[in-house]
Amino acid sequence: MNTIWALAGIVIKELYRRKDFYVLFVLTALITIATGMVNFFNDPKIVRYVKDICLLLIWISALLIAIVTTARQIPAERESRTIFPLLAKPVTRWQVILGKFLGCWLATGIALFVFYLFFAVITGSREQHWPWLTYLQAIWLQWAMLAVVIALSLLGSIISAAPSSTTTICFIAVAGILLVGGHLNTVALHQSQPLQTIFYTIYFLIPHLEWFDIRDRVIYDWGLVDWLDCVLATLYAAAYTGLFLLLTWFGFRRKSLNT
Amino acid sequence: MKASPYLVLALMLAVCFTLASSLEPNAALWSNRAKSNNVFSLLFGDGRRMFANEFFTMADVYFHSGYYPSIFDLREEGTKEIVAESHGHTDSPEDELKEDFLGRPKDWIDRFGRHFRITEHTHLEHSHEREILPWLRLAADMDPQMIETYTVGAYFLCQHLKQPQEAEAFLHEGLRNNPGNYEILFGLGRLYYQNYHDIDRARNVWQLALNCWMKQDSALQKENKLGFEEITVNLASLEREAGNYQDAINWFQAAQKVSPAPDALQQQIDEIKVKIAAQPSPTNSQPH
Repeated sequence: MNTIWALAGIVIKELYRRKDFYVLFVLTALITIATGMVNFFNDPKIVRYVKDICLLLIWISALLIAIVTTARQIPAERESRTIFPLLAKPVTRWQVILGKFLGCWLATGIALFVFYLFFAVITGSREQHWPWLTYLQAIWLQWAMLAVVIALSLLGSIISAAPSSTTTICFIAVAGILLVGGHLNTVALHQSQPLQTIFYTIYFLIPHLEWFDIRDRVIYDWGLVDWLDCVLATLYAAAYTGLFLLLTWFGFRRKSLNT
Repeated sequence: MKASPYLVLALMLAVCFTLASSLEPNAALWSNRAKSNNVFSLLFGDGRRMFANEFFTMADVYFHSGYYPSIFDLREEGTKEIVAESHGHTDSPEDELKEDFLGRPKDWIDRFGRHFRITEHTHLEHSHEREILPWLRLAADMDPQMIETYTVGAYFLCQHLKQPQEAEAFLHEGLRNNPGNYEILFGLGRLYYQNYHDIDRARNVWQLALNCWMKQDSALQKENKLGFEEITVNLASLEREAGNYQDAINWFQAAQKVSPAPDALQQQIDEIKVKIAAQPSPTNSQPH
């Protein structure tokens, strides 16, 4: 377990050494503050559009950080040939996979915490209201969703050699699931065979990441999701994460490491 | 530490966006060009009109606190509820049923997913209606010829947020962009009548609105009968309040010609007639 934590620690250090997080955070902060400063009909109490824009930017930034950070982990180790001394430690390939996953997930969690802290300060200062439990649920569910995304990116990085193609494919897949995934059953109903079966199969196979998006509940002050549902959603995310990590390990264990 | 050129570019874009949004209000004063154009028309040209409808829809989404059909949900395209509300329409139980676009869950994924979504049909109230205003402001900036933006915005500012000055300014802006528009004039008259209780000004503006409605070609008049009814019924109510009963009857009778419920208007006419009959005749009154 110490080996896995050590590997994860390196990934976390990489997050604060690289400038991705800082640039995305500054970008989010600047755009949110700028939109928050706009005066609409001399009414200073209008706040939901600021929450909406800020949360959208947080979601995009977190996805970017998660996918970009994960997609380059193993290809970078192979490129710089540091994978050989790493595996000679001895560290098993399963530990490399778990260490990289844990590092990326924790690093994304730290970034997410900073983003939500900013969100809470900005919106709270405007509406004088801090629903911490709702924020906690929003962070947790988003973080659980990011675990699936990170595991998927790790799997992609084993299949594809170039981090850029892994990043692009993962981003399209995740955005597709978030935007269309939940509606595939409705679309399937209006298709003829065999398209209907294909749509239904995809619908039941994909991880339903849209469940974890409770931005609307935060923006429109709808209150908490039932905690039991949160636990079930977390188990669902854990199952898909485990499945993707297992597939990554299967791929990685047979993979030739020579570039 | 070597900075990636893409990240530097992204940072510079953010700085540009921030500067643009903070300088834009002042920049309007620097040149004559800005008097007729806003930052969106300079940036997007006529393409900005495409976004206006989206922003107007966003206002309706906010009005429903997020309970809104997506493009995948089958639902008849009708009048947006913020527009219906600005015309005094409230949801009947049948309307509520029609707006239940979710229906029964189709499978376990759909059922469980609904625990995280907004599944309750509500409308903003208790001054939370202010949250729709940014989208209406943006829609007006994107398409200054979209009349509903001004009338709906003014309605919510007046009736729900008690900001008649802001509503008046918004309607005047709409009138500058759409001279002689009867819908905006009607909204302005309603503001003078209901919020400022200025009967003379309201009467003048509504009569001007009626003249503008009459100037439309016959096809548009047929299409916009509701506008005629709204103006005439409100003029009738105003005259009744002012004690000009005969004028009030005339306006109600004019409204009856286009109204889908002429009997309700006839009832009002009859009530006025009773009032006229109850008034002492000037020839019979004894001078003191």
